[in-house]
Amino acid sequence: MDVRSQISMVFHLDKCIGCHTCSIACKNIWTDRKGAEYMWWNNVETKPGTGYPSKWENQDIYKGGWEKDGDGIQLKGAGKAKGLGNIFHNPHLPVIDDYYEPFTYKYLNLIESPAGDDQPTARPISMITGEPMDIKMGPNWDDDLSGSPDYARNDPNLENLTPAERDAMFDLERMAFFYLPRICNHCLNPACVASCPSGAIYKRGEDGIVLINQSVCRGWRMCVTACPYKKAYYNWSTGKSEKCILCYPRIEAGHAPACMHSCVGRIRYLGVLLYDADQIERAASADDTEVVGRQMDMILDPFDPDVIAAAKANGVADSTIDAAQKSPVFRFVKTWKLALPLHPEFRTLPMLFYVPPLLPVMASVKSVDNSTQAEKMNETAKYWPDNWLYDTTTKSMFGTIDDARFPLQYMANLFSAGDTKEVADRLKKLMAVRLHRRQVTVGDVQPEAVAAALESTDLTPQTADDIYYLTSLAKFDDRFVIPAAHREQAIELMEFAGDVKGNTGFGFKAGTAKRGP
Amino acid sequence: MLNLFLFVGLPYMAFIVCTVGIVYRYRRKGFTVSSLSSQFLEGKELFWGSVPFHIGILVVFFGHLTTFLVPRATLAWNSIPVRLLILEVTAFTFGLTVLIGLAALMYRRFTTPRVRAVTTGMDIVLEGLLLAQVVFGLWIALGYRWGASWFASDLSPYLWSLVKLSPETTAVFALPWVIKAHIVGAFTIVLIIPFTRLIHFFVAPLNYIARPYQQVIWNWDRRAIRDPGTAWSPTQPRNN
Repeated sequence: MDVRSQISMVFHLDKCIGCHTCSIACKNIWTDRKGAEYMWWNNVETKPGTGYPSKWENQDIYKGGWEKDGDGIQLKGAGKAKGLGNIFHNPHLPVIDDYYEPFTYKYLNLIESPAGDDQPTARPISMITGEPMDIKMGPNWDDDLSGSPDYARNDPNLENLTPAERDAMFDLERMAFFYLPRICNHCLNPACVASCPSGAIYKRGEDGIVLINQSVCRGWRMCVTACPYKKAYYNWSTGKSEKCILCYPRIEAGHAPACMHSCVGRIRYLGVLLYDADQIERAASADDTEVVGRQMDMILDPFDPDVIAAAKANGVADSTIDAAQKSPVFRFVKTWKLALPLHPEFRTLPMLFYVPPLLPVMASVKSVDNSTQAEKMNETAKYWPDNWLYDTTTKSMFGTIDDARFPLQYMANLFSAGDTKEVADRLKKLMAVRLHRRQVTVGDVQPEAVAAALESTDLTPQTADDIYYLTSLAKFDDRFVIPAAHREQAIELMEFAGDVKGNTGFGFKAGTAKRGP
Repeated sequence: MLNLFLFVGLPYMAFIVCTVGIVYRYRRKGFTVSSLSSQFLEGKELFWGSVPFHIGILVVFFGHLTTFLVPRATLAWNSIPVRLLILEVTAFTFGLTVLIGLAALMYRRFTTPRVRAVTTGMDIVLEGLLLAQVVFGLWIALGYRWGASWFASDLSPYLWSLVKLSPETTAVFALPWVIKAHIVGAFTIVLIIPFTRLIHFFVAPLNYIARPYQQVIWNWDRRAIRDPGTAWSPTQPRNN
């Protein structure tokens, strides 16, 4: 057992309102630079939709992630043979038009134009060439456009949905969508690290954050291809790749990352998970149906004395073990089994987990005959072909989940490699918690029915209340449990801090290992 | 005097400037050591330029290098006319490949506004120099046969004499001006390597072949954390 600690995240999709505050916080701090204008280390997508870059989930196009190769796995579009073979021209590299060409406007025109008959306009100009351009795409171009033929119907996750299910999803007035915020997953089996010819990308041992060393990166761009989530970006101005750094300077100082700190819906949770690094290969090379389960198996119980002993032997700090025990991520992912990784079939073992959204699932739409009702209406209203009923009753308990207007298969394609049972289990738990709270606060649900619902999802009223607390009432310190970074250990590798204790400012300089005597 | 500068002064200058320049740039401006790929801005035309250019120039470069390093073996190989012909035709084909690739690259650079936006003056100087070098090379291959043999018998000794710090220039001074221009062009390219994107071939990712796929870096020695009990002890901590 090789116990390591990983800072991981949970995004609660039921709570995401799609405000993009996270994206803006990130952009302002990290990517408001030349060459990085188009990058959104954090972005929020409308699902169903094509996302950013367009259709990123379709690995037939982008060749990202790992694929099964006999018993093992290999990189789909990069790696030693493929990567070095394509070093002069990478056929799978997305180009800037797959994201969007960054633009600004020539605002000076508004001020400097001479007086004339026409209003001056601020023309859009490219931030690459500086020339006037026609805007084809921009950040969040498909925001809230679910149901539209160009975006939602081209969603790669619609694969293996029946035509009837697809039509039901995009029927006007029945249509549903939700938001999917995405950052780097800081995977346990990162494809970007494996694909980097220069060896510039690495995973930090202490907290599992995946970083690109900018002075070692030579811009071979294989990471852009290899990352199936398209979260490694190429800076066309510096010629280096960049990616989400999980705001590690903030984490080391004990602050939450900017995107999480600024989250208006408070959907984000961050904490430590202890995992068994010896099982990485077993999990990553599992069959599609088993990959989620095996990834969950890797995550260790931080209360188990054996795990604690192994963690200590492996140099995991006491403060980190303590943080792992308080971790909201551990509770969502393991204790309550409410969260799932995004696209586990890419086999990178992503460590960002999502609580699947119940909201578009919760109501169902039934076809009913409203003709008698329509008779009573006035002439204008009669022409409204209103033959459906938006049903949000909870009488049938989990009936609405199986009969959802949002096909479970779609959710399963996103979060569990197509396994609808994994998603349904989680949605039922979310529903049971709702029923329980409805009974506590309003009391119009049959207590026996609620008890049955809780029992069938392996929840107790106490657990349901805990879930409710962490979902709805959790304070800042409940949502973000950040272990100390212990950078003092890094300093003491280079010099003995005791040497300069009491000397600072007096000009005495003792020798150190680095400086010599 | 000019000849002396071009064929004795310039090569030594080129070698020194190149070595010092590369070390300086790598150590002091390591961030800039790359070829600044523009595939992200324009990916389709690049294929028809970059691939033939790189493959061609690698073959041509290693061909020149081999003839310089083992002139006797080259001459022995060339002693049978068919083998000489195979060598010459191969070299000429890859020379043409370089020319086609370079032409495609230059066309792309001048006609694509996005690529122009990331073009420096040095890129244009370098492409011009390379173009002249390739054109002269092909011209020599056609007009002054057979280069594979006289390079080995005349130029290789001259280059070795430079290496041995006792320049023998008689043979070079007598060469036609086209060949002289090709030689001077080669030294000039070596001279400007540290100031151009050419530096990227010194960081060719060969170590990727041997390294394991995943890389984990620890900031501190996790197996030897300092015992809290020693915080006030005058001895070095265990991880030091």
